[in-house]
Amino acid sequence: MAMQSKQIIKTGMLVIALSALVACKSSSDVEEAAAPASSSSSSASSSAAPSAPALSQEEIRAQNALRQTVFYFDFDIAEFKAEDRNTLTYHARDLAANPNKRIRLEGHADERGTREYNLALGERRANGILNYLVVNGASRSQIEVVSYGEERPAQTGQNEQAYARNRRVEVVAR
Amino acid sequence: MKLRLALSGLLLSLLSVGADAALSIQITKGVDNPVPIAIVPFSWQGDGVLSEDIAQIVMNDLEQVGEFRALSRSNMLSMPSEQREVYYRDWRILAQDYLLIGKINRAPNSQLVQVQYEFFDINREMKLSGEILTGSVTQLRDIAHTISNVVFEQVTGIPGAFNSQILYIVGEGEGPDNTTFRLERSDYDGARAQVLLESREPIMSPSWSPDGRDVAYVSFETDLPRIYIQNIASGERRQITNYPNINSSPVFSPDGTKLAMVLSKDGSPDIYVQDLLNNQLMRVTSHPAIDTEPSWTPDGRSIVFMSDRTGQPQIYQMALGANDYDVERLTYDCFQCAKAKFLPDGVNLVHVRRETRQNPTYHIAILNIETLRVINLTDTSLDESPTLAPNGSMIMYATKFNGRGVLDAVSIDGRVKFRLPSTQGDVREPSWSPLLN
Repeated sequence: MAMQSKQIIKTGMLVIALSALVACKSSSDVEEAAAPASSSSSSASSSAAPSAPALSQEEIRAQNALRQTVFYFDFDIAEFKAEDRNTLTYHARDLAANPNKRIRLEGHADERGTREYNLALGERRANGILNYLVVNGASRSQIEVVSYGEERPAQTGQNEQAYARNRRVEVVAR
Repeated sequence: MKLRLALSGLLLSLLSVGADAALSIQITKGVDNPVPIAIVPFSWQGDGVLSEDIAQIVMNDLEQVGEFRALSRSNMLSMPSEQREVYYRDWRILAQDYLLIGKINRAPNSQLVQVQYEFFDINREMKLSGEILTGSVTQLRDIAHTISNVVFEQVTGIPGAFNSQILYIVGEGEGPDNTTFRLERSDYDGARAQVLLESREPIMSPSWSPDGRDVAYVSFETDLPRIYIQNIASGERRQITNYPNINSSPVFSPDGTKLAMVLSKDGSPDIYVQDLLNNQLMRVTSHPAIDTEPSWTPDGRSIVFMSDRTGQPQIYQMALGANDYDVERLTYDCFQCAKAKFLPDGVNLVHVRRETRQNPTYHIAILNIETLRVINLTDTSLDESPTLAPNGSMIMYATKFNGRGVLDAVSIDGRVKFRLPSTQGDVREPSWSPLLN
């Protein structure tokens, strides 16, 4: 239990830090978030939190981030793309805030290269995300990793478009 | 059983003629100059029509491996079915070097059939071999392959592998959640395919036990990749591993007592060997990079494997029980070299090769580790999973044709190729059996 409350505090601090970050971000980002924020302010009355409007914006950002469950990789690269970093931070925070939540990271590769190497590459990709999630607050026990290598392509075909769609890690709720 | 008995008698008779036959016959130098052979349709004295055309099966076998060209039936001047009907001149006129004839009878008082075949050298006007093989009607294909083996060995001096079988994986259906995976076994030519396992989850890496009785493979049926061994005849199976993370690439040792495999339970994929008698697990490699695709050296003392410890897949070799620093690197001159296995000579290494970063094509190649000479055997672009015929004459591998996975075979010198007849779905990961009796 102590563990859990500590995590919540940690999460709260992260949220504050992030909302500060949001405030400094480019105006277009703020605009995007601003519209839904006003609609959610009515529901804020049920919430006791003093920072309700900012938090709601943040909630929406978090929800959008959590909706992204597929992360794509460059050829022969095991590290996730820099642009996915923020999104994955939200996933990590969500796991930290919901200790009963369990996910599975499913790693995949495109068909080029040998099958057993691709199985290993899929695991390496999923482990990259696993490590990032754990460093950012998720518990190791919440996450299962499995690699399918090139055995479950999202799209068949011998072209770069199919290959790009197949080099991926999927976050699956358990 | 009867077939097996008849066979052993036949092998003995072969040995007696083998010596002088080998002297007079040169292995042909390519598809440009195949050995001309006449294979006369076997006569059938029973009722009805037989389900298999033995002469046609033998013809397909021999032409497929490229050393032979069979005479068209419509060009034959006579169709003998036993020795007294053979006139050598008929075949010399047609420039044939060899003649195969035969007849099929119902065995007296039984459901079995007797296949009598006779094989002649036209130039020397002599019978090289002949035998009566007995079996059920469903064994006619086996009998035909047995005859092909005799002919092939008489002419080339190399034992035929036409009775061998293959294992492979078929994926059928579109989309990641809508695919059915099957482990199948068939004759080497794709005939008589049988499903050994079917699953909604992936099946990978089938490989034979050295006695041809069991298959080891990876199945995701529990949602995680785990290694299983299945008895081919009974279908009985047992789960061999349940370690965390990847459990993959099972390969039997040459003596069948151990299973090399890949486990990532300690962080990254490493090579392990499990003793199948006492279940003891021995770690072979321990490197933070990916080590995978183990194969055994012919003497069973070392493991050849792929590692990307230098950044890209290259091939290494390590003796069982050696230290990490005693690993020997075998490939240097390719961008990626993977999935390697030594031929029985322990010098020539079959592998999958991508030459350069710029050109993402994968070929089957052989590297001689003494001369460092490399022979590229294939010219398609996504070739993988090479597997050697039990007589060492051909390599089967998986490639893509019209967007689908198919199985091709190439002779060990690259001169001859054939493609297995296409079946439904995406076919891959062939594994060629040992010689089966």
